[in-house]
Amino acid sequence: MGGLTPQTITRSLGQVGITVIFILVATVVIELALYFLLGKALRSKYTLPFMLVAPAAIGLALLVVYPIGFEVALAFSNMSLKTFKNPTFGLVQGWNNFKTVFTQPVLKQVGFFPIFFHTVLWTVINLVFHVTGGMALALLLNRPMRLRGLYRTLLVFPWAIPQVIACLAWRGEFHFEYGFVNVMLTRLGLTPIKWLTNPFWNFAAICITNIWLGIPFMAVIFLGGLQSIPRDMYEAAEMDGASAWQQFRNITLPLMQPVMTPAIILGTIWTFNNFNVPFFINQNELETSDILVTALFRAAFEYNRYGFSAAFAIVIFAILFIFAVLYIRATGGLKGVYE
Amino acid sequence: MSAQAKLRQERTAFYRFFHAGRGDSPFKRLLIHLALIFSCVVAVYPVLRVFSVSLRPGNRLLSTSLAIIPDDASLGNYIRLLTEKDFLLWIWNSLVITMATAIIGVILAATSAYAFSRWKFPGRSAGLVFLLTTQMIPAAMLMVPIYIMAARLKLINTYIGLTIAYCVSSVPFSIWILKGYYDTVPIDLEEAAEIDGCSKISSFLRVLLPLSTPALAIVFLFNFMTAWNDFMLARIMLQQEAMLTWTLGLQRLQGQFQTEWGMFAAASILVMVPVMSLFLYSSKWLISGLTLGAVKG
Repeated sequence: MGGLTPQTITRSLGQVGITVIFILVATVVIELALYFLLGKALRSKYTLPFMLVAPAAIGLALLVVYPIGFEVALAFSNMSLKTFKNPTFGLVQGWNNFKTVFTQPVLKQVGFFPIFFHTVLWTVINLVFHVTGGMALALLLNRPMRLRGLYRTLLVFPWAIPQVIACLAWRGEFHFEYGFVNVMLTRLGLTPIKWLTNPFWNFAAICITNIWLGIPFMAVIFLGGLQSIPRDMYEAAEMDGASAWQQFRNITLPLMQPVMTPAIILGTIWTFNNFNVPFFINQNELETSDILVTALFRAAFEYNRYGFSAAFAIVIFAILFIFAVLYIRATGGLKGVYE
Repeated sequence: MSAQAKLRQERTAFYRFFHAGRGDSPFKRLLIHLALIFSCVVAVYPVLRVFSVSLRPGNRLLSTSLAIIPDDASLGNYIRLLTEKDFLLWIWNSLVITMATAIIGVILAATSAYAFSRWKFPGRSAGLVFLLTTQMIPAAMLMVPIYIMAARLKLINTYIGLTIAYCVSSVPFSIWILKGYYDTVPIDLEEAAEIDGCSKISSFLRVLLPLSTPALAIVFLFNFMTAWNDFMLARIMLQQEAMLTWTLGLQRLQGQFQTEWGMFAAASILVMVPVMSLFLYSSKWLISGLTLGAVKG
């Protein structure tokens, strides 16, 4: 065990320091180049904005755009642990990779379509609970009352905990004998559940954890939206004799639309891409509990099928992209977000 | 005071407690409070459990007791964690990487957002749409190419690759938030400063940035949290025992075959308390910042 010795202290400081200096030098070089090229040679009136955007743009190009291009190239290669040094690229390999994604098991046993089905199920279950739970809490909190601040603070707890800790702690609580979930069940006279080994209950455990984690975000966002709805609308509706449900249906929901749509889109993307919860709770690596992103991670870093997982990743991204475009078309949700 | 008068007073206090608002009957109020108390218990209980486990002495780690503070509470787990494990080293590693990347990330975002907010340069709308699209890319999708790039550049098991990757990872979101905030600051202020002889850059540094402190704080917090809580990238980049960040270290404590429950819980509490205080303290800001970026275009 190395521990916190002067050597280890300076190692991290040194490596990070070198990186920071490297970034600084690179930035200065880029800025000077732009200044002379655009400002002095071309006399562009946009020299300054380009200089301001350049560092971030180059960073994103190196770490997002280039990797995506590289990924597409990898999808057309046969790279694996064996061929890590000298993979072959070509349309044949690409065709094989994409065909394998749909026809053969993605991991050991489970194929693409069951995992896709699990992912959709997982996203829908989570989102339904997040939105209804968040809305219920927001409605309960959206009134003058005692202890409101305290409730609000306590309810945000799951969001505030680092996700890795929350996941690992929940995994412990699903322990067959000593986790509190089963302890409670036993005390209530029910039979304890095999949360970590039974495929169905493991999936349920993952959903429970993520529902617990995700409700506070929605509640807080919705509460912000509810507070911006003028109170006199409800008073007017009450005078006309509208019931509480009618008020909710005809005032709250339509006026909450601009807050709810982006929150739901974001929530869907986050849930669909959630890595930590399914990865950590699924201690025994049950393939039935994997969703697309965790399966992708395992295919790449446990089975080392790099070319194949690149193709797999492109398929996942295409699914998300189609969903987002359709949803935005259908709701006009992001109209005016840019510009 | 007679017993009866006291009872009456208590009853009115009880009544007032559940009658702070208007309209609703005390019974409905009671129900609302019960529902909220139940939700709070559900939200907080798992955290209390971790706290409880961290106080248990080593021989009673596995127990079906549900008491929050065990009868024989001890700080043994904390002491063992700090002396036997590299906990402080993990925290130190995480802290150095996270601080450096959060600061660079904020600088990158603050300058770009200034350009996006104040100039209509060619490629601006395309750039904004691109930033939005990056939010859709699953992090796991970029892992394979980034891992292979890092492996070819011999950056595995160094902090260099990790640091560079973290610097950029929250930049798109930060640019959106900051641009939204800059847009709400009247441009007249900067123009006035420029008439008084400021350059574009010094009016940015002296007028716009000081006015944007709240948004900058949010963005810093967001950058910090993203790097601090990251597991996936650190997991593929760092494999050496002495180089781990706290997320990796914690996962090792909770290994597949042998779980160091007490030390895991103690470590969780030590990591959680500062992070949660910071989060709860700034949550009001955080939310106004999130909605600001969404509403204002």
